[in-house]
Amino acid sequence: MTTVPTKHVMTTSRRPRRVAIVPTAVLLLGVLYTLLPVAWVVVASTKNNTELFNLSAFRPGTAFFDNLRQLSSYRDGIFWQWMWNTAIYAGGGAVLSAALSALTGYTFAKYRFRGKGFFFNLILVGVLVPAVVLAVPQYLLVAKLGFADTYWSVLIPSIVSPYGIYLARIYAGASVPDEVIEAARMDGSSEWRTFLRVAVPMMAPGLVTIFLFQFVAIWNNFLLPWLMLGSDTKYPLTVGLYTLLTQGTATPALYTVVIAGSMLSIIPLVVLFLLLQRFWRVDLSAGSVK
Amino acid sequence: MTATAVVSGPTTAGPDPARRRWTPAPRAVPYAFMVPAVLLFAAVFLVPLGYTVYLSTQRTAIRGLGLGAGARKQVFDGLGNYTAVLHDSEFWHSVLRALLYGCILIPLMLGLATVFALILDAQRVRLKRLGRIAIFLPYAVPTIIGSLLWGFMYLPSVSPIDSVLHTLFGSSGINFFGQHAVYLSVANIGIWGGTGFNMMVLYTALRALPQEVYEAARLDGSGDFQIALRIKLPMIRPSLVMTGLFSTIATLQVFNEPYTIHTMSAGAVSSTWTPLMKIYHDAYTGQDTFLGSAESIVLAALLFALSFLILRLTSRQTFGGEPR
Repeated sequence: MTTVPTKHVMTTSRRPRRVAIVPTAVLLLGVLYTLLPVAWVVVASTKNNTELFNLSAFRPGTAFFDNLRQLSSYRDGIFWQWMWNTAIYAGGGAVLSAALSALTGYTFAKYRFRGKGFFFNLILVGVLVPAVVLAVPQYLLVAKLGFADTYWSVLIPSIVSPYGIYLARIYAGASVPDEVIEAARMDGSSEWRTFLRVAVPMMAPGLVTIFLFQFVAIWNNFLLPWLMLGSDTKYPLTVGLYTLLTQGTATPALYTVVIAGSMLSIIPLVVLFLLLQRFWRVDLSAGSVK
Repeated sequence: MTATAVVSGPTTAGPDPARRRWTPAPRAVPYAFMVPAVLLFAAVFLVPLGYTVYLSTQRTAIRGLGLGAGARKQVFDGLGNYTAVLHDSEFWHSVLRALLYGCILIPLMLGLATVFALILDAQRVRLKRLGRIAIFLPYAVPTIIGSLLWGFMYLPSVSPIDSVLHTLFGSSGINFFGQHAVYLSVANIGIWGGTGFNMMVLYTALRALPQEVYEAARLDGSGDFQIALRIKLPMIRPSLVMTGLFSTIATLQVFNEPYTIHTMSAGAVSSTWTPLMKIYHDAYTGQDTFLGSAESIVLAALLFALSFLILRLTSRQTFGGEPR
C-alpha cells in the first residue's frame, strides 16, 4: 500500500484519471443483487397478512409494530428465548472454541513432542470432513447416551474447530517470537502463565478472527441443533424460525411473524459484522497473515 | 511463515541456535496442553464416527410377526447395509442431483466472485468500500434465514421479482419451483450466500501480489482489463483452485437451502433431494438408523477422497519453518 501515492502521481501525469464506468456499474449491480432480499424483508416486515399478499412488493405496509407485538407474544415470547439461546450457542461456543484453538495451536507451533505430526494430520482431516456430515453420527451417539435435548449436546460439538486450531497454529507461529517465550521461561514464569500472559495477548487479533469464523459457523449450523434438540425452549433462532415456517405453510397467518422474525434475527449479526470488519481475514493459504 | 524467520533471525545468531531455542521446555507440558483438544476431538469426531461404523454393520431382525417385546432384535449384518446403499438408486440420484446443483452453483458463484474481486482490485473504480461490504454481507446471514428470504421471494403471490415483471410486461410470472427451474432457484440461494466469502478470499490473494508487475505491464501499454486477464488471474490460480475444491465439498453436503425450499415449495424439492437430506430422511424420519449410518459413511468416504486431494495441495508449503 505504501506505493500507492507514487503510482497515483505517475498515472495522473500520463493520462487523466477517469472513473471506470463499466466495472463500477457491475459492482453496483452486485450490490443491488445482494441487498435485494435484505431490502425486501425490511419492507415486508411492515405488512400485515393481507398487505403481504396484495400490496406490491416494495410498498411499505402499516403493520410493523403489530408484527413485532405478534412475534413477541407468540408462545409467551419464545422468540426472545431463541435469541438468547443463539447468543449462548454461538457466542459461548465461539469463545470456548477460540480458547481451545489458542491453546492447541500454540502448543503445535511452539513445542516439540511425539506424535505432533500425527495429531496435526488428524486435525487437518477434521478440517476437511465437514461438521454437517458428522451431525447425524453425533446425534446417534448422544441419543444413545441420553444427552439429547440438552444445551451441552449442541455446545460441545461446537467447541472443537479443526479450522480454528489450524489458524491458531499459524497465528502463534507468526506473532509469538520464540525469544519472548524463552525470556519468560528464564524469568521463572510457568509454561501455563507464559501462554496466558504472554502468548494470548500477542495472538489476540487472530483469536478474534477465529471467534468470528466459529460464531458464524455455529450460527449457520442448522442440522446439529435440529437433530439434537426436542423442546422448543432450547432452540436457537434458525431452528425456531424454521419450525415457525413449517406451521406457516398450514396457517399463512404466521408468515408475517416469520418475516418479522427473520428481519430481527439478521440485525444483531449484521451489526457484529460491521463493527468487527477489520478482523475478517480470509486468506485461505494464510501464509501472509501478519 | 517468513515473518517468524525475520523476527528470530538476528537474535538467534548464537553458536547453536537450535539447541538454545529449546532447552528449557519441560517435556510433559505440551502433552498436558494437548489433553483438552484430544479429548474433545475424540468425543466429537472419532467416537461418533466409530459408533456409526458399528451401527452400519447392524440390522434389525424380526422374529415371528414382529410383535411383542423380544420380537425385534439388533443383529450383525456384515456389509449388508453397504450393499443396500450401493443398490439404492435414490441415494445415487441424490448424489447426482447434488453434483448437478454444484455444476450450476460453482461456476456462477466463483465466476462472480472472481469478477468482483478483480473489480475491487482495479484502479479508477468507485464505490469499492460499499461493494466490498455489501457483497460480503450475506456471509453473516445464516443459510436457513437466507433461504427463507429467497423462498418467500419465490412464492408466486409475494414475489417482488414477479411483481416487477408483472408491472413491466403484464405477464404473470415465472414458476420458480418448476421441475428444472428449481435447480436454479436453489443454486441462486447458494450464489447469494457464497459469492461474498469467495470474493474476499480472492481479493485477499490479489492484494498480496507484488504491485510492481502491473507497473511494468502498464508501461508496456497494457490496459486494466488485459492486466486482470493476463497477469492477475494466472497469479491467483492457487486460490482459485482452493476455493473451487472447497466449494465442491460444500455442495456435496448441501442441506439447509434445499431443505427450506422443500418445506416452502410443496413438493418441487423432494425430501431426499441431496445426499444429506436422504441420510436425514432414512436415519431420523424413517427410523432406519442402520441404513442411514452406512449412507453417512459412504458420503464421508466420498468427501474424504476429495479432501485428500486438497490436503495434498495445501499442507506442504504452509508449515515449513516450525520445529517438528
